[in-house]
Amino acid sequence: MDLSTTYLGIELPHPLVSGAGPLSDSLDDLKRLEDAGAAAVVLRSLFEEQLTGEGMAALHAIQDHNNSFAEATSYLPTVEEFAFGPEEYLEHLRRSAEALEIPVIASLNGTTPGGWLDFAKQLAAAGAAAIELNLYHLPTDPRLHAVDLESAMLALVRQVKAAVTVPIAVKLSPYFSALASFAEGLEEVGADGLVLFNRFYQPDIGPERLELDSSLHLSDRSELLLRLQWLGILSSQRTLSLACSGGVHEVEDALKAIMSGAHSVQMVSALLKAGPAHLTKIRDGLSQWLTEHEYESLAQARGSMNLLRCPDPAAFTRGNYMHIVGTARRFLS
Amino acid sequence: MSEPKSQRRMVTVDGNEAVASVAHRTNEVIAIYPITPASPIGEHADAWSAQGRKNIWGEVPSVSELQSEGGAAGAVHGALQAGAVTTTFTASQGLLLMIPNMYKIAGELTSCCIHVAARTIATHALSIFGDHSDVMAARQTGFALLCSANVQEAHDFALIAQAATLKARVPFLHFMDGFRTSHEVAKIEELTDDDLRAMIDDELVRAHRERGLRPERPFIRGTAQNPDTFFQAREACNPFYEACPATVVEAFERFAKLTGREYKLFDYIGHPEAERVIVLMGSGAGAAREAVEHLVAKGEKVGLVIVRLYRPFSLSHMLEALPQSVKSVAVLDRTKEPGSVGEPLYLDVMVALRQAKSRGLRDNEPRVVGGRFGLSSKEFTPRDVRDVLDELSKPEPMDGFSVGIVDDVSHRALPMGEPLCTEPEARVRALFYGLGSDGTVGANKNSIKIIGGETDNHAQGYFVYDSRKAGAITISHLRFGKDPIHSTYLIQEADFVACHQFQFLDKFDLLESMVDGGVFLLNAPFPTDEVWGHLPREAQQAIVDKHLKFYVIDAYGVAAKAGLGVRINTIMQTCFFAISGVLPPDEAIERIKHFIEKTYGKSGQAVVQQNFRAVDAALDHMHQVTPPTEVTATRSRPPIVSVEAPEFVQRVTAVMLAGHGDKLPVSAFPPDGTWPSGTTRWEKRNIGRKIPVWDPKICIQCNHCTLVCPHAAIRAKVYDPSALEGAPASFVSDEMRGSRELKGMRYTLQVAPEDCTGCTLCVDVCPAKDKSNPRHKAIDMAEQAPLREQEGEKFAFFLDLPQIEAKDLPRLDVRHSQLLLPLFEYSGACSGCGETPYIKLVTQLFGDRAIIANATGCSSIYGGNLPTTPYTVDAHGRGPAWSNSLFEDNAEFGYGMRLAVNDQTSQARGLVASLVGELDASFVEALLTADQSDAVGIEAQRERVAMLKSKLGDLKGPQVERLRPLADYLVDKSVWIIGGDGWAYDIGYGGLDHVLGSDANVNILVLDTEVYSNTGGQASKATPLGAVAKFAAAGKTITKKDLGLEAMSYGHVYVARVAFGAKNQQTVRALIEAESYPGPSLVIAYSHCIAHGYDLAHGLEQQKAVVETGIWPLYRFDPRNVAEGKPPLALDSNAPKGSVETYMRAEARFRMVEKMDKLRFASFVTQKQDEARRQRGVYEQLAGITIPQNDSLGTED
Repeated sequence: MDLSTTYLGIELPHPLVSGAGPLSDSLDDLKRLEDAGAAAVVLRSLFEEQLTGEGMAALHAIQDHNNSFAEATSYLPTVEEFAFGPEEYLEHLRRSAEALEIPVIASLNGTTPGGWLDFAKQLAAAGAAAIELNLYHLPTDPRLHAVDLESAMLALVRQVKAAVTVPIAVKLSPYFSALASFAEGLEEVGADGLVLFNRFYQPDIGPERLELDSSLHLSDRSELLLRLQWLGILSSQRTLSLACSGGVHEVEDALKAIMSGAHSVQMVSALLKAGPAHLTKIRDGLSQWLTEHEYESLAQARGSMNLLRCPDPAAFTRGNYMHIVGTARRFLS
Repeated sequence: MSEPKSQRRMVTVDGNEAVASVAHRTNEVIAIYPITPASPIGEHADAWSAQGRKNIWGEVPSVSELQSEGGAAGAVHGALQAGAVTTTFTASQGLLLMIPNMYKIAGELTSCCIHVAARTIATHALSIFGDHSDVMAARQTGFALLCSANVQEAHDFALIAQAATLKARVPFLHFMDGFRTSHEVAKIEELTDDDLRAMIDDELVRAHRERGLRPERPFIRGTAQNPDTFFQAREACNPFYEACPATVVEAFERFAKLTGREYKLFDYIGHPEAERVIVLMGSGAGAAREAVEHLVAKGEKVGLVIVRLYRPFSLSHMLEALPQSVKSVAVLDRTKEPGSVGEPLYLDVMVALRQAKSRGLRDNEPRVVGGRFGLSSKEFTPRDVRDVLDELSKPEPMDGFSVGIVDDVSHRALPMGEPLCTEPEARVRALFYGLGSDGTVGANKNSIKIIGGETDNHAQGYFVYDSRKAGAITISHLRFGKDPIHSTYLIQEADFVACHQFQFLDKFDLLESMVDGGVFLLNAPFPTDEVWGHLPREAQQAIVDKHLKFYVIDAYGVAAKAGLGVRINTIMQTCFFAISGVLPPDEAIERIKHFIEKTYGKSGQAVVQQNFRAVDAALDHMHQVTPPTEVTATRSRPPIVSVEAPEFVQRVTAVMLAGHGDKLPVSAFPPDGTWPSGTTRWEKRNIGRKIPVWDPKICIQCNHCTLVCPHAAIRAKVYDPSALEGAPASFVSDEMRGSRELKGMRYTLQVAPEDCTGCTLCVDVCPAKDKSNPRHKAIDMAEQAPLREQEGEKFAFFLDLPQIEAKDLPRLDVRHSQLLLPLFEYSGACSGCGETPYIKLVTQLFGDRAIIANATGCSSIYGGNLPTTPYTVDAHGRGPAWSNSLFEDNAEFGYGMRLAVNDQTSQARGLVASLVGELDASFVEALLTADQSDAVGIEAQRERVAMLKSKLGDLKGPQVERLRPLADYLVDKSVWIIGGDGWAYDIGYGGLDHVLGSDANVNILVLDTEVYSNTGGQASKATPLGAVAKFAAAGKTITKKDLGLEAMSYGHVYVARVAFGAKNQQTVRALIEAESYPGPSLVIAYSHCIAHGYDLAHGLEQQKAVVETGIWPLYRFDPRNVAEGKPPLALDSNAPKGSVETYMRAEARFRMVEKMDKLRFASFVTQKQDEARRQRGVYEQLAGITIPQNDSLGTED
């Protein structure tokens, strides 16, 4: 079965990509993913805020005590190679890109315009096959208007596109009031693809100690539906690449994503739970299902169930909501 | 072969780096041990070798840290014997520890050059500062002594000494003055590798190697000789010493040819027909030169002889230097030899001149007098030089005088004349007053590099620090000018003064040294037009009287906006350049930004950009204030200490606190180094910008906050409700809860607002949260300034409340122990210090009967560094009796204390027993059999002893007289031996082990920061695997020594490993058990430290993590359990869980490895995990072992 796909202009043998997550932290794991047949890997995001924060924290922790006391002008050795910058990430990217045959996609979450641009250039130079711009931002500031936020994001993507030649994907959160319009804007400023969606790390609450617990929770299959819906809408409207990210755990999930219009399917939680070999299983399962159902290729199935082509487009929009609500009322009554 | 001068770089470095630069390039083996002020020489060498920098033979020198200077000297001796070109760096006590090997190295005519940053030897007190008492104590070893007087000379002489020793075969000790030269930053011409090659003769290196031990050509060296031969063999070295001066002259000449810098064994400066001459060596030559040249220009016939080569002392060269016209000579020694006819240099010069006369080498014999100057870096200024020369004008000049101090006891000090300014007018002299944490010194070091490196100006920087680790005040003295700078003294007249902390105006007279029309830059947290109104009268007066140009900036405001927190250094630096006119402002700003890149680049571009923004904003926010023509202030600078302070504190301590300690006369000081306890309470430092505020409605009275407070600045008391009478209206109290026995009493938690350093550990540990707003805890941090007065009043009332005593407490757990009075308060330890909570706890539990032996290190500095000290007394006048001997001998020192206590107790008991008859037998019996195992028993015994003393008052006889001063020994004493890991694991380990191997009832508390904290983070054997430290720059590859396990192996030693941030109850329990154990006890206490590289506000979290991960297991090993058939070892922490990786990432000491080498870090993580599991496995097995009792062994019959 021909599972090949083109994502961000890159030819892939099949759509299954290891998404940004802890499995991409070590070269060993990346090799295991490649061996398991991953079509590409996305490295975990380089967080500018984290780098800056750690740099500042280290600066204060180390330098605040320097030149304060006659017996010691410093308390840690001066080490030339030690720096709080993207070097560690870049080195990992460089080594991964060299060691792996499959494309290595870097991911970036910036905080300052300079940071986005500089880091994007450095990621490209270090061998990233593409860059996923992770627009992770929780807009808690009531003075920040949606239109301003979106304009800033569009401007940023435009600048990054202008600065690098590698393809750019934009990873979005589902919480846009006019996502279809924003997606159009992104395509206009040159984004090569969209990744739907980012998973916000919502902290849990520890009632006993009255503390927040921000440990990571893995995705489950229930998260897929939101992705399918927006893949279905956007694939009917846009020509850029679409990736499904979040909630793909089994063959059927991947299939649904493809049918909704995804060019690639990113997996993280399922691989963390079941190991890289799970990816092989999904790929083979996908192939088997398409064969059994007499598809010619994966491409034939892509977008078959999107807003444009599905038999019941109303189900995508308000009707869907009404229907379910109505059903619920029926149960209640 | 000589290098054109143009190829040499001008560099701006301090003396230590100048020496290290040559020593590292001209040696193969370097064995070191940290000691102030020489530590940076070794650190540079280690860092350079770690970077792969090579010596002139193309090899990377091997740099090794030893366990002590004695060890370093042994390694040096061994390496030399085995043929390597070898060196070491040291100072003070370190040099003393090297002396035995120095005799050997010299006796074996070994080419070797060691470098010393000369430092005071501890006598009545320790001092880290500079004088020649250490090198003078080594002058008899057979080493040649070559002295450099400034940074350029330190660089040059390091090479000349190395070159000379290879030829002379006499080993050399090259020294510079500690701090004044070792830490002075100056612009010097750097010697190139070719210069070094030109001076170091490879043939001589080969010859040195040939003399090394080699089995292919074996010989024996280091024999034992007998009366028949030793003497003659010892005399055989004479020709080498006779030839040595000429070898040095030859090296000087070659060096002059190479570089153009000329030196002589004795350099003369002054009038060619001088009549009065000063002879001295070291950095004092700078000040002396300025004064002499100034006086000669005025027509006075005076001169100066600078001694370069002190040993071997060359009579002929000295005579050459000294003009025939000289009638009187003052020889100045920077050391003191009590009881001698005179100090060493004086004696040498005196004898030399007498020999010269008797041998007919000189027509006349000038009158020679000797004097002392500059002990412990005491200022030595042109005024002092002139005072000495004036004294020589007298018909009967004083001999054996001192200069630069007021001696109203033995009246040996020369009278102090008027100040003498000898600096050229064109020179810029700038003073900067800052806090250690605001980065002032770092920025000034950069400013010197900017000016020194980018202009043809000469530049000099010298930095004065106070001895506090928290809220330390720094004063930077910067000089710039076209002429070479010889001013080896602090700035006396400043053209520019910058005050980086507004509150300093209320503490010091910053403007005292300002010249008329100078520039004053002030960081003030007020709008520009309001600043004048906030100044104290004294500051306004100086600004008006001296017609100062007055600039202000709210640097903290600018820094906060730029996201820089409290680091105002680049902002103030920008202002300095903008108004000082040293460089064109635009050029200066470009340079500042270049240095920002260099300094902060490692912290990321964002940090760099933040600093750039701050630089740009600085200029917009600095404004000139035109002061009124008259003083308008209604307030004066407040008194330094409260009027309630004792007389001694008012008379002596307050003067030191005001920065005028130099003005105190000899009579102000106790002659034997004995000082009163409890003086920190009089120094109100107000360094905490925020302090904790108590909400009793939420508080559960657990007292965890008071336990973790490093400065005893948050305290709890329980007291009878009636004591609240007269309380200030704002005073808060609550009913005592959670203690049945103390029911009905009132409880107050109170902050000492002016003593709190704002570390936030108390808030971090507080478990009590407001249920509807968990962000609000029982204690929250709030701005100090608005609370200062009110909380101060409350704290004063709190202190006067009755103090509960241990005998009145139902038990000594965390909660109850913290109701006891801390007898260690407001020390100068770092904000958030991880050591001091343990010491404070010891004083709460046992302080009223404790004798403490304290190893040199952080705990001796915050424990005993003047002007104020933290050990204090209770209402009965009882408190810890504390002393510091040395770094290396602390266990033995404390052991000696125990022996003395035992002996005197034994005598007292014998005497009491002998007085049966005169004393009631049952009373004597009660005294001798008293159970003193708890506070009630101790108190009962104290009452008996009081009664005994009263009864003795009525009695007479020799026994009674002997017993009277010994009676207090009938109350048990608690001997504590306290020190850091550098002492316990390394330099003092031999002694520690010996004391553990005894049956002495001593309690040893090791404050384990896993690094030499006080000297700046050098690795010790306590440094854990994977941690970066100086001398372990890539992360330590050997695991930490398990000191506890070693101690357990004796079987009879009580051992505990504790971490108060992880399990405070276990800490309290371990200390109580250790103290009660009647033999040696060892408590190893995890102490978080600034050298770990994170904000100490998270110290307790990291303590929890280090215990949870199993890296620091908690246990108590109590040999008493054996008798009860129980295993002696009890594990107090659980099996390892939690992420070792997360723990390590949170501390820069580990994280740095990850940033350098991810794989290496990963390997360290795995190794540490394995190590934690292995350790746990070992301890679990041990905890399961029950030691068979003698009677359970069974017998055959």
